[in-house]
Amino acid sequence: MIKEYQTVTGIAGPLIIADRIPDAKFDEVVDIELPSGEIRTGKILEVDGDRAMIQVFEGTEGLDISSTKIRLKGRGLEIGVSPDILGRVFSGLGKPIDNGPQIIPEKKLDINGAPINPYARDYPNDFIQTGISSIDGLNTLSRGQKLPIFSGSGLPHSRIAAQIARQARVLRGEEKFAVVFGAMGITFEEAEFFMTNFRETGAIENAVLYTNLANDPAIERIATPRVALTAAEYLAFDLGMHVLVILTDMTNYCESLREVSAARKEVPGRRGYPGYLYTDLAMLYERAGRIKDKPGSITLIPILTMPDDDKTHPIPDLTGYITEGQIILDRGLERKKVYPPIDPLPSLSRLRDKAIGQGKTREDHPPVASQVFAAYSRGREVRELMVVLGEGSLSDVDRQYLKFAEQFEKNFLSQGENENRSITDTLDLCWELLLILPREELKRIRDELYQKYAHGKR
Amino acid sequence: MTNDKLKMSNGGRIIKVAGPLVVAEGVPKARMADVVKVGKNKLIGEIIELKGETASIQVYEETAGIGVGDPVVSTGMPLSVELGPGLLQSIYDGIQRPLQELLKASGDFIGRGIAVNSLDRKKKWDFTPKAKKGDKVKPGDILGTVQETSLIEHRIMVPVGIEGTVDEIKKGSFTVAQTVAKVSGKEVSMLQHWPVRKPRPFANKLPVREPLVTGQRIIDTLFTIAKGGTACIPGPFGSGKTVVQHQLAKWANADIIVFIGCGERGNEMTDVLIEFPELKDPKSGKPLMERTVLIANTSNMPIAAREASVYTGAAIAEYYRDMGYNVSLSADSTSRWAEALREMSGRLEEMPGEEGYPAYLGARLADFYERAGYGVCLGSDQRKGSFTIVGSVSPPGGDLSEPVVQNTLRIVKVFWGLDYALAHKRHFPAINWLLSYSLYLNNLEDFFKEQVADDWSNIRADAMRLLSEESELEEIVRLVGIDALSAREQLILFVTKSIREDFLFQSAFDEVDQYTTLKKQYYLLKVIITLYHEALKAVEGGVELDRIKAMKAIPQIARARLITEAEAENKLAQLASDVVEEIKTLKGAAK
Repeated sequence: MIKEYQTVTGIAGPLIIADRIPDAKFDEVVDIELPSGEIRTGKILEVDGDRAMIQVFEGTEGLDISSTKIRLKGRGLEIGVSPDILGRVFSGLGKPIDNGPQIIPEKKLDINGAPINPYARDYPNDFIQTGISSIDGLNTLSRGQKLPIFSGSGLPHSRIAAQIARQARVLRGEEKFAVVFGAMGITFEEAEFFMTNFRETGAIENAVLYTNLANDPAIERIATPRVALTAAEYLAFDLGMHVLVILTDMTNYCESLREVSAARKEVPGRRGYPGYLYTDLAMLYERAGRIKDKPGSITLIPILTMPDDDKTHPIPDLTGYITEGQIILDRGLERKKVYPPIDPLPSLSRLRDKAIGQGKTREDHPPVASQVFAAYSRGREVRELMVVLGEGSLSDVDRQYLKFAEQFEKNFLSQGENENRSITDTLDLCWELLLILPREELKRIRDELYQKYAHGKR
Repeated sequence: MTNDKLKMSNGGRIIKVAGPLVVAEGVPKARMADVVKVGKNKLIGEIIELKGETASIQVYEETAGIGVGDPVVSTGMPLSVELGPGLLQSIYDGIQRPLQELLKASGDFIGRGIAVNSLDRKKKWDFTPKAKKGDKVKPGDILGTVQETSLIEHRIMVPVGIEGTVDEIKKGSFTVAQTVAKVSGKEVSMLQHWPVRKPRPFANKLPVREPLVTGQRIIDTLFTIAKGGTACIPGPFGSGKTVVQHQLAKWANADIIVFIGCGERGNEMTDVLIEFPELKDPKSGKPLMERTVLIANTSNMPIAAREASVYTGAAIAEYYRDMGYNVSLSADSTSRWAEALREMSGRLEEMPGEEGYPAYLGARLADFYERAGYGVCLGSDQRKGSFTIVGSVSPPGGDLSEPVVQNTLRIVKVFWGLDYALAHKRHFPAINWLLSYSLYLNNLEDFFKEQVADDWSNIRADAMRLLSEESELEEIVRLVGIDALSAREQLILFVTKSIREDFLFQSAFDEVDQYTTLKKQYYLLKVIITLYHEALKAVEGGVELDRIKAMKAIPQIARARLITEAEAENKLAQLASDVVEEIKTLKGAAK
């Protein structure tokens, strides 16, 4: 029995207030029927006495007070899932928009999910080869990791994400692989870029796309990543697939959250974002991972554009505190025509050390990566010094570091958009570069390894 | 939770639900801080405000699906922990529910309204009595012992509030809930309850006397923490807070470790859960897990339980301290705890203080850190215990002027300031030596003199002086270039580079490097300081700096941190005398 209420008393921004609905439950989904007969989806944010505050995903345009009808659904927001979702395109709320048939659900899942019991988790330590040297070699991605790309407007984050989606594989064995793509407020061109890319490479067969474009309702974006992750959980933990989830652009998501928070007149945190932004983001990001005794995994790559390239802005800042590292794109490198313009120094993969080395990639990987970091960092310092003091003031060692930094950017960081480098190639490249420097400078490399790998490369 | 003593009374009803905050009216016998069961699912909550007939409740579980009119009943008890044998090796959520039991009850994902006992009610423990019939006992006196793990003897103490003559004491195998003794007519079991927000008392608090040895060179040598002390590690993300916390939990010479993952990453907790059982105690060779209690309330688990998690941890830590152990508690991260506080405060519509944090943030932080200490425990045997707290702080944007860092710094005595620039260079631990401090050095000087070496504090002071001179010299180099420096100044830069790279840099992943004993730390630093003093004399005597830099001993110093503990003392002493000898020959050649 579905009760219908015609008791809206207020509409403000994305919210409506309805009185005299005593049965409303917190977080319950409602159908909202417009005077025109159109039906929209809403979610109850607060119940206070017999009054409910409802967030309308598709926006409140066209609603009125007297004739808008509300029907309680008695459940949270759900999507229907089945193996048939692969290859399909959905709206940000999970409705098919590719003119294909409706999905006949195998089961319905609440999009909020539930936290994975930390005790049930399995540690992400399977190396994923993305074929991109600066990720594989220095800031390695693992299966089950959440590694965001911190980008800025105009930087090629979409191309990098597509390249990762195309090339990512594990070193051993062939396993079922899927891509779930959640688009929040991106432009038609950007969305089209991904779709074309997936179509051309045949990846679309194993992809599910949830798209909320820039001109789609902004509040719907709050549901989009949840819908995408719920589908990913189904594919990973029910069907045993290895799922790569790409969410872009998290900045738009957070702005929608801010809009709702402002409409609710909540006490704002930094820059007007709600105080619970950390918790809210954590509820999304933490859905990535692996579960003991289950074959599948969810690897999450959220993309966010940092307003004014500012890493201390609340969105990248809070994201960095939740995710297991970050890949940071750098405008300076982009100007030098380095693709991908990933700055390895502020980038970080927290899970790297567990995913590399003997038995995973190669025994020399950890010390080599550490040494390359130190050397490039020093090379950049020398470069700054040179700007101030002129080249004449540099010592011989300084000059070697400078050369290292130049070569590193030119040969290691830069690579083709379709160039898929194996981890062995990446590490060999590291050795070639390190040999620019004298042995005494390579303090982080033990003699045995130096003997074994440096020989024959001089 | 405390199911067995749960007294259900007729409930009140919910009138408002806003996220984790629920308001109910007409809850009988509602008292501040009492635990209540909310809704038909019996979600666990705590009363945080009373106003007339209404009670505001923070709910420790997800509140989706709760509506107006749903029932609320009070348990009549404040949020408490269960204390007794079986705590060690456990993995709890923020309100002391064992994650393993939750897994059994609801599978890989955490369900709601699951009531489980914190301590296993079926497991039997061998109780060996220490008190005799007729003994006069008071709170804190040891009635008997249980070998909880092969590392730790669990001492069953007379609970606070019970005093008198032992009427009866048993021996044998018992579950935690069974009576093992009778004191003045009152039955005593191995299980105690303690309200988490109330500190367990010391008999007498004393000034700290011993360092908590962590095996981390920059911490032990430069910024020492005391047993019973407090420390804070603030740093932006990616600067290595968690790695430092893990290293402390793994290597610190405390008897008991309580590790709280408060609002942090699930995979990090998993790392701890997988790694700790495999790690061996450096002294006994037993798994470290045998002395560890883990509390995991990850960032996606309910926020109110995150607020409770630090208190749950503190109460457990104090319980072991009361037995006379040295306990170390790591809380990672207190910022997430403060954010939970902020969120609840916002929902209560309280007037916000700085950056939206409630005005009582400072007071709550002080209350928490003040639970640390060293002193005489309750009980007539005058045993001493200590409780050390190390809290990490995750300031937004790495900005140390934010309220959580500032309020923490007003209380803690040790500050390990993590530095993004160091982390950038992959210099770990990325503790900035110019920013950090320890206020325990004076208290601990005697210990180092007696246990390590007479000149420990001189060597430490030399190293600190050189490092601070380095930062000034670097300014000059940046402005006018290295050639403007005198030979002595260039030598300082050369030596400090060695202090940084060969001493302070420490790999958490290298088997030898990850832990360094105090002795080895001393010898290692001594070699470098010796190099400085000898080279200084040589340079002043006309030896060119480049000859010093080209010395055979230099690459040996660079790799000295990888010398194993067994060989450290001999090899490093040898290296120090090699340095002296080699410089002597250089001086001879110069003349």
